[in-house]
Amino acid sequence: MRSAVPQLQDYLTVSAERLPEKVALVCGARRVSYRELEESSNALAWGLAARGVARGDRVIIFADNTVETVVAFWAALKANAVAVLVNPLTKADRLGYLLADCRPTALITDGHLEGVWKKVAQAPHLKVLVVSGRVNPVLRAGISTLVAFDELITEGVSRPAPPSLNIDIDLASIVYTSGSTGDPKGVMLTHCNMLTAATSISSYLGILEDDVILNTLPLAFDYGLYQMIMAFRQGARLILERSFTYLAEVLKVASAERITGLPGVPTIFAILAEMKSLGSFDLSSVRFVTNTAAALSLKHIDFLKRAFPGARIYSMYGLTECKRCTYLPPEDIERKPTSVGIAIPNTEVWVVDDQGNRVAPGVVGQLVVRGATVMKGYWKKPEATAKKLKPGLLPGEQVLWTGDYCKMDEEGYVYFVGRMDDIIKSRGEKVAPKEVENILVSLPGIREAAVIGVSDDLLGEAVKAFVVLEAGAQLTAKEIQNYCQSKLENFKVPKVIEFMAELPKTDTGKVKKTGLQ
Amino acid sequence: MDLKSQIRAFITKNFYVPDGATIADEASLLDQGVIDSTGVLEVIGFLEDNFHLKIEDTEMLPENLDSIDRLTAFVERKRGPSPLPE
Repeated sequence: MRSAVPQLQDYLTVSAERLPEKVALVCGARRVSYRELEESSNALAWGLAARGVARGDRVIIFADNTVETVVAFWAALKANAVAVLVNPLTKADRLGYLLADCRPTALITDGHLEGVWKKVAQAPHLKVLVVSGRVNPVLRAGISTLVAFDELITEGVSRPAPPSLNIDIDLASIVYTSGSTGDPKGVMLTHCNMLTAATSISSYLGILEDDVILNTLPLAFDYGLYQMIMAFRQGARLILERSFTYLAEVLKVASAERITGLPGVPTIFAILAEMKSLGSFDLSSVRFVTNTAAALSLKHIDFLKRAFPGARIYSMYGLTECKRCTYLPPEDIERKPTSVGIAIPNTEVWVVDDQGNRVAPGVVGQLVVRGATVMKGYWKKPEATAKKLKPGLLPGEQVLWTGDYCKMDEEGYVYFVGRMDDIIKSRGEKVAPKEVENILVSLPGIREAAVIGVSDDLLGEAVKAFVVLEAGAQLTAKEIQNYCQSKLENFKVPKVIEFMAELPKTDTGKVKKTGLQ
Repeated sequence: MDLKSQIRAFITKNFYVPDGATIADEASLLDQGVIDSTGVLEVIGFLEDNFHLKIEDTEMLPENLDSIDRLTAFVERKRGPSPLPE
């Protein structure tokens, strides 16, 4: 590895120089070498720049976990732009919000998602709309900025990437994260943020060149994204799956590819634990299993130790706003199984009271994170940013107030206690009750709604909605869920709907959720 | 109702089908966002309860489950040939 790597895309370029013919990416039937990824991303970057994508422009990549999505991410960086990955489950209204929020000059997506993107494709700031897969000829004729993904690659073949204009403190990516108000916030991450995070995490996980990392998590989720970043950083191999839906297929591939790394969230491990035939898949190659996004229970830890006896198990904790805060060294999982561990390398964490004073070991307070992985702020949301970023130790330095209640023991091991906001974590995904409530009351027939999280063995927390119908309205739970599904990602759709004559209220008329369960 | 229609009715009634459009027989349920990792468990439950089948974990493959056509063929294979017309 070269010593000076000032920008994130250099990871791919350097690995392609060292290991051009090595298969970097396995996705379905496709096996793609480092050289092909390097050349395709160069070609696409050239094509984006030729069509007006300039330094600092945002490029939204709205697609599933595919080869094209991988190429698009690195191409956006090589075009000196900011890569903004958006979950393919996002619906039209939300996609419209994201486009209006970060005003991208390019949107890269797939034909099968046209039902969602066609409604927003004519946004005035969009200079180019790149579509992979089957392109509807009617749409194509109607949108002058539309160009097929493969055409752009062919056009730019053997072109070099545009000249590199950024430095490491320029933005590399914006990762949108749900907020309590219901509108997502764009976490701004520089090349330096992401290089620091990738180096730190790779070092405590011990990522090696011969690692084969399985990723079933959305690339739009930073946990999934970094599986790719870390794999390419090391010259390792990424096995990219769309999702965990067809379990047997995923495990067949995992076994055949001899995966060494298995990142997951508790819901995935719960599904695996229920699988009676798990033992029929040879997963003895797994060297490390990681968990984040929600707590790894003692039951899960036990299952993982039995299912992957030779593997290191990492329980970890973090926020999009700083990528990751802590990890539990595998050798400590026996003696501190409920801890989320110590600060990751090159990061400091401590716990403060409401005034910002550090508290004694064992006292619950808010966790603060200091280090170069801390975001630059939320895109165009200075008030929300001011709540999270506060002065650090040195002039001009900012530390992250996580908004999480934690405590630390005498040895500096952190224990997650709870969130300060009301965000629900279902399947490891953030769900803002306000966002779901807003959608519910937008359905004719629903007068009021209150959404809470309730404990669920499989999901961690399930989304539950209490609904008050308008007089005379008749809606079934299924109809309400279908409506939600048309507006929200599936993990935000209430699993349980309870009809009520009225919602409990405080003296001032606000909904009182404390009594609801 | 024939087998395919029963399966279609379950899918469209229990899951959200984008644009309210009818979903093509061969359309990938995963691609269309109709099904996901917890939704697939509901489908398995429906197939087992409705058609009195036992579905193994190892059969949770896209070939068997990822479209109305494939689901129909899968159930037919599991049930074996029926002596009566559908």
